Amino acid sequence: MTTISLDVNAETHQLELDNRTTLLDALREHLHLTGTKKGCDHGQCGACTVIVDGRRINSCLTLAVMHQGDEITTIEGLGTPDGLHPLQAAFVEHDGYQCGYCTPGQICSAVAVLAEVKAGIPSHVTADLNAPVRLTNAELRERMSGNICRCGAYSNIAEAISEVAGRSA
Amino acid sequence: MRFEHPATFNPIDQLKVIGHPTSRIEGPLKTTGTAPYAYERHNVVANQAYGYVVGSAIGKGRIGAIDLDAAKAAPGVLAIVTADNAGKLGKGERNAAPLLGGPEIAHYHQAVAVVVAGTFEQARAAAQLVRIDYVKGDGKFDLAAERDSVSVPDPKIGGPADTAVGDFASAFAAAPVQLDATYTTPDQGHAMMEPHASIAAWDGDKLTVWTSNQMIAWGAEDMAKTLGIPRENVRLVSPYIGGGFGGKLFLRADVLLAALGARAAGRPVKVALQRPLMFNNTTHRPATIQRIRIGAERDGKITAIGHESWSGNVSEGEPDMAVSQTRLLYAGANRMTATRLAALDLPEGNAMRAPGEASGMMALEIAIDELADKLGIDPVALRIANDTQVDPEHPQRHFSQRQLVQCLNEGAARFGWSKRNAKPGQVRDGRWLVGMGVAAAFRNNLVTKSAARVRLDQQGRVTVETDMTDIGTGSYTIIAQTAAEMMGVPLEKVTVRLGDSDFPVSCGSGGQWGGNNSTAGVYAACTKLRETIAQKLGFNSAEALFADGVVRSGNRSVPLGQAAGAGDLAAEDAIEYGDLAKTYQQSTFGAHFVEVGVDADTAEIRVRRMLAVCAAGRILNPKAARSQVIGAMTMGVGAALMEDLVVDKRHGLFVNHDLAGYEVPVHADIPHQDMIFLDETDPISSPMKAKGVAELGICGVAAAVANAVHNATGVRVREYPITLDKLLEALDID
Amino acid sequence: MRSFSYERATSPGDAAAAAVGIANAKFIAGGTNLLDLMKLEIETPAHLIDVNDLALDRIDETADGGLRIGALVRNTDLAADRRVRRGYGVLSRALLAGASGQLRNKATTAGNLLQRTRCPYFYDTNLPCNKRTPGSGCAAIGGFSRQHAVVGASDACIATHPSDMAVAMRALDAVVETVRPDGTTRNIPIAELHRLPDDSPEIETALQPGELITSVTLPKPIGGTQAYRKVRDRASYAFALVSVAAIVQPDGSGRVALGGVAHKPWRIEAAEAELPDGAKAVTARLFADAKPTRDNAYKLPLAERTLTAVLREARA
Repeated sequence: MTTISLDVNAETHQLELDNRTTLLDALREHLHLTGTKKGCDHGQCGACTVIVDGRRINSCLTLAVMHQGDEITTIEGLGTPDGLHPLQAAFVEHDGYQCGYCTPGQICSAVAVLAEVKAGIPSHVTADLNAPVRLTNAELRERMSGNICRCGAYSNIAEAISEVAGRSA
Repeated sequence: MRFEHPATFNPIDQLKVIGHPTSRIEGPLKTTGTAPYAYERHNVVANQAYGYVVGSAIGKGRIGAIDLDAAKAAPGVLAIVTADNAGKLGKGERNAAPLLGGPEIAHYHQAVAVVVAGTFEQARAAAQLVRIDYVKGDGKFDLAAERDSVSVPDPKIGGPADTAVGDFASAFAAAPVQLDATYTTPDQGHAMMEPHASIAAWDGDKLTVWTSNQMIAWGAEDMAKTLGIPRENVRLVSPYIGGGFGGKLFLRADVLLAALGARAAGRPVKVALQRPLMFNNTTHRPATIQRIRIGAERDGKITAIGHESWSGNVSEGEPDMAVSQTRLLYAGANRMTATRLAALDLPEGNAMRAPGEASGMMALEIAIDELADKLGIDPVALRIANDTQVDPEHPQRHFSQRQLVQCLNEGAARFGWSKRNAKPGQVRDGRWLVGMGVAAAFRNNLVTKSAARVRLDQQGRVTVETDMTDIGTGSYTIIAQTAAEMMGVPLEKVTVRLGDSDFPVSCGSGGQWGGNNSTAGVYAACTKLRETIAQKLGFNSAEALFADGVVRSGNRSVPLGQAAGAGDLAAEDAIEYGDLAKTYQQSTFGAHFVEVGVDADTAEIRVRRMLAVCAAGRILNPKAARSQVIGAMTMGVGAALMEDLVVDKRHGLFVNHDLAGYEVPVHADIPHQDMIFLDETDPISSPMKAKGVAELGICGVAAAVANAVHNATGVRVREYPITLDKLLEALDID
Repeated sequence: MRSFSYERATSPGDAAAAAVGIANAKFIAGGTNLLDLMKLEIETPAHLIDVNDLALDRIDETADGGLRIGALVRNTDLAADRRVRRGYGVLSRALLAGASGQLRNKATTAGNLLQRTRCPYFYDTNLPCNKRTPGSGCAAIGGFSRQHAVVGASDACIATHPSDMAVAMRALDAVVETVRPDGTTRNIPIAELHRLPDDSPEIETALQPGELITSVTLPKPIGGTQAYRKVRDRASYAFALVSVAAIVQPDGSGRVALGGVAHKPWRIEAAEAELPDGAKAVTARLFADAKPTRDNAYKLPLAERTLTAVLREARA
């Protein structure tokens, strides 16, 4: 057992955790922040995506003890039912989900994708590595590919993100 | 309420709320991560312990010995349940293989133990310490090898094993143009994003489970039967379900083991199936071998159509009814179908999105494309030429609605089908060989009893309670729309509570029957509530108008809340169906159009455009219904191009049993999807005049992709999935 | 996952020393492969040495115009680095073709090199696997082997190395720098880092117990047209069936390394002499000793065709 403090959604939590506890399980089972989902627990689906120090990661493949002092943002930190984040609102408007289980991961990922594009980070489909990155539909789809939606809401998710990206651009 | 005659004008036809593309009412919860799924309900019961499932390490045989000493001694372990100490267990009506195996092992990763501990980490570690000696038995794992030693099954659903009309053999032999081809579809996994998960808590001899299940009443009934306890002692709660696709229709090991673990540990227990266990532990869509023979005149008229299908299953398991649609989709005087079942020792095969038609259409709609090739007729035109407005086996039986031809024509126009080059391998866009494909979509519409309770309170708020589930289908929203339309209140004045076995029994979610039947049940309950209100106010119930939050009759008008008075007014009723499903054939129709690119060098296949046109009765909420169809189209792309639970025929398991090995489509695989509904109402289906749509969307998609690949390359692949290795040899290198 | 003790190392030398001082210790950096395997008890360390504080996350220019990439540089950062994008396009491309955005944000340069095979039989602890349990046999041989190695495999193991990055680094003649528990450092050419399975597939690299990768050095950019072409069933978030890393010079000479075909990035320098004669001649040399299974024989023509495409585009 190790005592750590986690900064989640701008709140500091002291926790005594088994070293084996993943960041995902610390969030879900200890802090009861269950918006972050466990879909596979092996980095194969993206449902557990959270933003740590500004970057999206799979919270299932990292240990909580490795995140002492890191700034963690989960879906709960983006918005609430009465105060939706623009991406959350766009997902509702465009029906960018069905069962809802991959949705928090999709939205956290989307928030980070928009930041990655802004930061000029290229992707697999970026035609010219040395030119500025533009958020095309192909870029969006490639960058979001680490978030599986078995309900198949991809087409709507892409529209939701595009709308927000267009607005903020 | 009995529904015996085609619906006439009713309050739903006002379409003030119904038929509008309303955003899902639970959307803000889902998008903020505040919708509660089964495993995460920390607040429903205190002191939850963690269960971790141990799956069988062999595909067939039995357990020789189990040594639990090390596991029991591990830190935090509270209890371990195996078949040895679980007590006598029954088996659910809807389970073929037992959910807790031992000593006999029915299939790989069949649950053989659950280890309960204070934390998840402790339970997982201790589960590895359970030592089991297995005695391997001889299993049968190879469908193709068993093809000649099959039985004639007696299917519970989907019709008899053999059907025949006219003289197929003679007509086929005499036909000037013949197609005789065999197709295979692989085992497929539901791979829903939320694993099967449950929390179980006992209060004396009463059990409550918070779970993830599509069919609440089935689950409660089978839970009681398996545990040997009275049905009324079981409560099942499942308000949010992270995907099902048929994989959560039935009681599964998570629920049973949570309940047994909780009993043994003396405290509530929660269990989620580990992802790598799910593919072999739970059910899957069974692989098929399908032979299709079609005889036609030179003008394209089909004179003989035959469809035979072979699939396998565990003992007591059902066959995949891949021949179903062939009995109804195309005309032809001479017809036959045959369904055969092999005894296999693979995991249990069962329903997955559009069971039967999904795999059947994968084959049949390639066959039609092949026939069109042979005839030199456009595949859209060939389908239109063989349309039928009556059940071909019983010509006196008409389809309630059948707009297949309209779907094909509308789709062809919108997709630019006329630009398709009928000669394969002619169109090039840079490195891509480009092709277009079409397929019909077909899925039956099933009607079944569904009940609901509706309450009205003093504030004029309407609350609907039914054990119906929302697995991503939009049930919350369309039920709220139905109640709002019926009671004449805005959507915001309706509360919908679902997925609790304390609520009236609905149709549940499956077989694309959920939308139409569950809302029809709400319609029935609302009709009764309207009568109760009218009576209470002294109104003639036939004349009372419910609109804008008030009830009117003549020049009297009373706010709804006032009608409720001091206490709530409640009504409960069910929709029950007469003979209309027998006198009419009720089906849903569509057409899928797909454009693919095939890399000329590597044979990688990528979908470039997709369009579906569907005719499926009244569309209660076009936004949610469209999502159902595009989601099904996505799953169809998976079926076409990648999904394949690969059988290791020596060890008897699906080898690629995780989400890295079993590939399903990702964002990059799916282009923008177009989808339109034709204007249709079907008064024969229900008072809602709606039908199902969620499964129609998958039927035919894979074949449309396959046909597009053929058009792009000239290569005809008859073994799904269509992967690059199957095209490579036939593609000329530049 | 078995219990383990945990420490955060403060210097590379201390980390390497600790790794042999404590029984069954392992380094953890990104953790994206190690934790995956620990959950299944395929990896069962008793002690984890977290190396994330070791300040090995810089990319510096070397005196001879190359780049020294810290072991902890995340895949995303390496792919996005301007110098890498300009001078080592094949490396950027390979990194971006791998995994997902989330995983690339966590996965490190050293960890990427050291990731273990994705063979499904390696991942299923109920089945024989010589890599996981030496001497137990190889279930992939005679089993489902569509993803497996076609060349350099043995009777003990037909697994492939899953990395994309390593294939590009092989083409770039990267050199891996390590520190050993006794504090000494050494340089290992990437060609010598990964082993073929032979009869001990459980030994995957030339690293000694406790040896810690501290950086990877790329020689000065060699120019040319650089490409990484990854072929897979689904369009993203999947391991390669076959991949080709190629650097083609204006005179037609160049370098070629293949991924997805062997237990290590597959490059035979002698084969590159055939480049002017086209892909077929090159792959004929690369696959001279190939022993494909029925399931994966397609990889031979696929690799040839992929290289053909890469060369055509490079010369266009």
